[in-house]
Amino acid sequence: MSERKDIALTINGADYEVSVDPRWTLADVIRDHCGQTGTHLGCEHGICGACTVLVDDVPMRSCLMFGVQADGKKIRTVEGLADGEEYHPLQKAFMENHALQCGYCTPGFLMLATGILEAEPDISDEDLNDVLSSNLCRCTGYANIVKAVRAARDEMKAAG
Amino acid sequence: MKPAAFEYHAPTTVDEAVALLAEHAPNDGRILAGGQSLVPTMAFRLARPTHLIDINNVGELGKISIEGETLRIGATVRHAQFHTPVCDGVLGQLLTDVVAHIAHYPIRQRGTFCGSVAHSDPASEWCMVSATLDATMVAQSSSGERLIPAAEFFETVMTTTLNEDELLREVRIPVLSDDTVYGFEEFNRRAGDFAISMTLVTYRLEGGKIADPHIGVGGAEDRPRRISEAEAVLTGQTPSDEIFRAAADAAAAAIDPMEDHATNAQYRRDLTATLVRRALEKAAS
Amino acid sequence: MATATNKMLGHLGDSVERLEDPPLVTGKGRFVGDINFPHQLHMRIVRSPYAHGKIKSVDTSEAKAHPGVVAVWTTDDIEDVPPIDFREGSNPTLALFRQYALARELVRYVGDPVAAVFAEDPYTAEDASELVVLDVEPLPALIRADDPPQDFKGQATTEAAVVEQGYGDLEEAFSSAYKVVEIEAKVGRHTGVPMECRGAIGRYDASRDVLEMYGAAKVPHRNRDTLCRMLNRPASGVHLFEGHTGGGFGIRGELYPEDVLVCVAAMRLGRPVKWIEDRQEHLMAANHSRQQIHKIRAAVEEDGNILALDDELYLDQGGYIRTHGTRVANMTTGTLPGPYRIPVYRSICHFRLTNKTPAATYRSPGRCESTFVRERLMDEIATELDLDPVAVRRRNLIALEEMPWHRDLDVLGDSVEHDPGDYAGLLDQGLEQMHWDELQKELAQRRDNGEMVGVGLSMFFEKSGLGPSDGAKIFVDGTGHIEVVTGGASLGQGFETAMAQICAEDLGTDYRRIRVVHGQTNRIDYGVGAHASRATVLTGTAVSKTAQAVRAKALEMAAELLQTTPDALDITDGVIHSKDNPSGPSLTLGEVAEALAPTSPSRGDRTPYLAGEEWFNIDHQTYPYGHHIAVVKVDGETGEVEIEKYFIAYDIGRSINPMMIEGQLVGGLAQGIGGALYEEFTYSEAGDPQSVTFADYLIPTLHEIPNPEILLTEDFPSIRTPLGIKGAGEAGITGALAAVAAAIDDAIGIPGAIRETPISPQRLKKILSERA
Repeated sequence: MSERKDIALTINGADYEVSVDPRWTLADVIRDHCGQTGTHLGCEHGICGACTVLVDDVPMRSCLMFGVQADGKKIRTVEGLADGEEYHPLQKAFMENHALQCGYCTPGFLMLATGILEAEPDISDEDLNDVLSSNLCRCTGYANIVKAVRAARDEMKAAG
Repeated sequence: MKPAAFEYHAPTTVDEAVALLAEHAPNDGRILAGGQSLVPTMAFRLARPTHLIDINNVGELGKISIEGETLRIGATVRHAQFHTPVCDGVLGQLLTDVVAHIAHYPIRQRGTFCGSVAHSDPASEWCMVSATLDATMVAQSSSGERLIPAAEFFETVMTTTLNEDELLREVRIPVLSDDTVYGFEEFNRRAGDFAISMTLVTYRLEGGKIADPHIGVGGAEDRPRRISEAEAVLTGQTPSDEIFRAAADAAAAAIDPMEDHATNAQYRRDLTATLVRRALEKAAS
Repeated sequence: MATATNKMLGHLGDSVERLEDPPLVTGKGRFVGDINFPHQLHMRIVRSPYAHGKIKSVDTSEAKAHPGVVAVWTTDDIEDVPPIDFREGSNPTLALFRQYALARELVRYVGDPVAAVFAEDPYTAEDASELVVLDVEPLPALIRADDPPQDFKGQATTEAAVVEQGYGDLEEAFSSAYKVVEIEAKVGRHTGVPMECRGAIGRYDASRDVLEMYGAAKVPHRNRDTLCRMLNRPASGVHLFEGHTGGGFGIRGELYPEDVLVCVAAMRLGRPVKWIEDRQEHLMAANHSRQQIHKIRAAVEEDGNILALDDELYLDQGGYIRTHGTRVANMTTGTLPGPYRIPVYRSICHFRLTNKTPAATYRSPGRCESTFVRERLMDEIATELDLDPVAVRRRNLIALEEMPWHRDLDVLGDSVEHDPGDYAGLLDQGLEQMHWDELQKELAQRRDNGEMVGVGLSMFFEKSGLGPSDGAKIFVDGTGHIEVVTGGASLGQGFETAMAQICAEDLGTDYRRIRVVHGQTNRIDYGVGAHASRATVLTGTAVSKTAQAVRAKALEMAAELLQTTPDALDITDGVIHSKDNPSGPSLTLGEVAEALAPTSPSRGDRTPYLAGEEWFNIDHQTYPYGHHIAVVKVDGETGEVEIEKYFIAYDIGRSINPMMIEGQLVGGLAQGIGGALYEEFTYSEAGDPQSVTFADYLIPTLHEIPNPEILLTEDFPSIRTPLGIKGAGEAGITGALAAVAAAIDDAIGIPGAIRETPISPQRLKKILSERA
C-alpha cells in the first residue's frame, strides 16, 4: 500500500475529508468512502459512462480519475440533482418518458445530460445525440432517453 | 479491475515535474495528464507505474497560443478546448472538425492533446493530425529542451522517441495558409470507437494544380505517417476523380496494415483507399 | 365518485409512470454493490488463463502471506462442495459436465475459477490474486462445435448430449418434394451483458444458523433450493435477497460459482463475504449464449408450400453445462417451425462442450437462433422457387381457423399449443402500416440510383408464461396500504408496477398505494422468479386471483358493517361504497382491515386480517406472435450497415402497461441489432477470448439504434389466462437477426448472402468483393 493523502472535496455541497490511497478511483472514493452510492460502475475502463459525474460542473468519467485528483474539487452526483422534494426536470422527464428500466445506467445519463444542458441550453437534437452516445444503456434501446432529455431541455429553456 | 499501487506526485511547475520524472522514470514513473488512456490500462493492470507525476496542477502547461506561424498546444490542453476553433483560419476549423471524432464528450473534457500524442495509440486522431501537418514535439527534461519532428516521433504502437525522462511539454503545429483545403475521414464500428483507419489530407491549388499535398493515414499501420507515394501522385495534378482515386490506391498500396482479431490487413487496406479518396473529394468540394 | 375515479391511477392498460422509478432517478437504489456489512471480506477470483489444461498445482502461499489477506482457497479447500447442480434437479446423464465452484483437475476455459482470495478490501484482494501461482499443463483447445468431439475426463466425449425432436415421416416428405432447399446458417456467440456486473454477498448468522445471500436475481427461490441441496441445509436456513438489479436478460441470477463461494466462505470464515464482478471478468465468466451452426433443408412444393423441415445443428456450449442443462437445445429444436404449419419435422441438436465460457439462456433463447435460421430458409425458398418472400410465408402460416394448433414438440416440458392468433392478419396490418408496396418501389428506385438499400421481413412466434403454478399473498393494513408478496423477480422490467396495476384493478385502489415484494425467499415459500417472460403472465394472474379473493372478503365484511349485501357494493379509490349511492355510507379498505383484525369484535368467526393467498395454475404456455421489418442502407465500400427504419408488430393479447411493453420491445430490439451487427465473442485458435473489454465487445450506442415503429395489438387475448395476458419480454429481439440479414441481402442484391451473424463490415465487404 502506498502512502495515504488527505484530500478535501465537496459532493453535492457537502464537505468530505478523506485519507485516500492514491490508486483509489474517484468513483470508489465517492461510493465507498463518502457513501454516495448513486454513482454506478459499469466497466471501470471509461466506455459505458455509468459513473459519469460532474467535476466542477463538467461531466467526466469518475472511473478515469483518481480520487486524489479531486482534492478541492466540486463534485455533483445524482443524489444532488433534486432540490429537496422537487425533482430536477431531467428526473421528471426520465420518469414520464419511461427512459429507464433497470436504472443502473440512469445516474450516468442524468449527470451527462445535466452537464450538457447547463453548458449548452440550446443544444440541437443532433448535437445532443452525439453527446448522449457517450453512455451505454442495455435496457431501453435509447429512444426514450433521447425523448426525455429533449423534453427536459425544452422545459428548462422555457423555465429560463 | 483496480489499479496497482503507486506513489502520487502533484508538482506545480514544469521544473518540479521534470525533476520528479528524472528521479522516478528509471523505476517506471510516468506522467499523468488527462489519464483517459492511461487509467484504463492501469485498471486492467497492463500498465503499473510505480510513480505517477500528475501535471494537472502545473498551470503553465494549460496554455494554447499562436506564436508567429505556429500553434502551440500545452501539455494539459484538453480535447474539449478544440470544440470551438482555437485559432482563426483553416487550422482552427480543421482541429474542430477532427475533435468531434475523439472518443466521447466526457472523455474530451479530461483527455489532453499532448497526452494522446505521447501515448501514441496508432488510432489516435491527434497523432495522425500531428504527423500529417508536420508538427514539432517539444520534449522537456531536467537537462533541457529537445525538438522532435513528428516524422521522427512516432515509432510503433504506443512507442515514441520521447526519452523516459522527457515530458511532452508542447506540440507545435504550423498554421495552415488560407488557401489550404482539407478533408478528414475516419471509420469505426461505433461512434467514438478507435479508428480502424482514418486519414487527413490537405493541399493547396497553384494555378489550378495541386501543391504541397499532405496525406496522412492513421489507425491502419502501427503508427500514423504521411504517405509520400500518394502525395507524389497528386503533386502538380489537376484535381479529378481519377487522380484522387490514383492517390488513394497509392496510399493503400504503400501502407503495411496492422492485423488484429477483429480486422484483417486486406480490409484495412481497402478501407484506407476508400477513406483517402473520400477525404480528397471532401477537400475538393 | 367521478372525482375519485379520475384521481385513481393505474388501471389495466394505462401507461402510468413506474413505481420503481423514484429511487432510481435520485440515486437511492440499492444494487448489490451498494450493500455493505460490518467486517465484510472482499473476494477476488483467480481465473484460468488457459483455455484447456490439467491443473498440476496451485500455490497460494505468497498470496496468503500478503498483508490484508484472510484466506485463499483452491478446490481442495472446498472438497466437500459438490458441483453446481441443475435448476430442474439432478440429471444423471449430464451430471459429469457440471462445473465445480473452483476448478478441479482440469481448467476448461479462460476465466475458469481456480482460486478465491478473501481480503480486507477489493484492492488488496486483487493484489493478492496476482500472487497465486498456477501450474497448468496445457491441453489442446476445442473451439468449434462442429469439429470432432474430444475426450471428456476419460468418461465421455465433449458431445454431452444429442437432443432430437420431430414428428412425421421425413423420408416420404423429401422423396415427394418438388424441390429440396438447403442452407447452412450460423449465429454468433453473444449474450446479455447487463450494465451492472454480477455481485453477491454471503452472510451467515450463527446465532440463528441462517445463511443469507444478497445479490440474488431472476430465480431466487430456485437458487435457494439448489443451494440447500448442495450445502445440505434446510430451506428455512437459507435466504436469498434480491435488491435492485441492473438488468438480467437471462444471464444474471443463475447460480454461478461465485455465488456458491461467497455463501460457503461466509459460513467458514465467519464474516460476511462480498464479491463484485468486474467487466473483464463478466465478459469471460458470465453465461455466453447463442452460438449455433445449422444445416437445414426444406422439402417444398412448387408454390412454396413446405412439406418438411430437416435440421441438424451444433450448439457451442462452452466449458461446462451450467444450471440450465440442455434447455437452449430443447427450445431451439422445439420452436424452430415457428408460425408455419410444417407437417413433417426433425431437428437434431449436437450439444457440444468446447473450451469457451459456458453458454446458457439469453433473452429469447432458442427462438432468436431458430428464427434466424428458419427465416433465412424461407427467403431462400422464395429465391429458388422465384416467388415473393411474403407469399411464401403466407402460404405456410398457420391459419386462424386451424387454431389452437398442436405441435408434437416439447418446449420446457410442455407440448407446443399455439394460442389462437391471426398471423396472416397481423402481417396484413404490418405491411399496410409500412406501406409495403410503395416502400418496395421507393427502394427499387433508390437502388436504380446507385444506393444499396433494401428491406427484410421476419416472422416469429414467441412463448411466455411457463407454468405450472405461482402464488401471491396480499395484505391490507389498517391505513389501507396494500402489500403484495410474490415469488417473482425484478430485473428492471417494471415488475412492481405491473403487479400493482393488476392488484389495483381488482381491489379498486390507486396503484401507488400498493407495495410489491419480490425476490425475498423469507417472505414467501415459492416463486417462479422472472424468466421466460413468465412473470406478468403467471405471477400477475396469481396476484389477480388473490386480489379478487381479498376484494370478496372486504366486501363481505363491509356489507355486514354497512347492513347491505356484498353485491350491492363497489370499491373506488380504496373506498367501499354502495353501487347505487356512491356518496352514501362508506368504509375505507383500511377500516375494513381494522374490522378484521384479530382483536376486533366485528370480525366474528372470520379468519383474521384483510388478506389472502391464491394460486394460479396454467396448463400450457402462451404463444404471442409478431414480425419485424427492417430497412437498411449498405455502404458498399466500407461494408457498413445503417438501419434506416425498423418496425415491430406484436400481438400481446392484453397489455397491462403499453408504455412498459413498448419499452421491452424497443430495448430487446437494441440487443437484437447488437447481435445482428456488432456483438461477438471471438476466440483465438488457442482459445484465448478476444472480447473481454467494452472496446472489443461492441454494445451499440444510440447512434447505432433506430427508433422503431411499433404496432402493438390486443386482438387475441390468450385463452390460457383469465386476463388474456401474453408475455412481452423477448419479442423485440426474436426477429431482429433475421430481418436485418434479409434487408442486407435485398440491399446488396445478393439473395442468401447473409448466412452468419454478426454481419461485421469486414464480413460484408468480403461478400461484396467475392461477388464483384
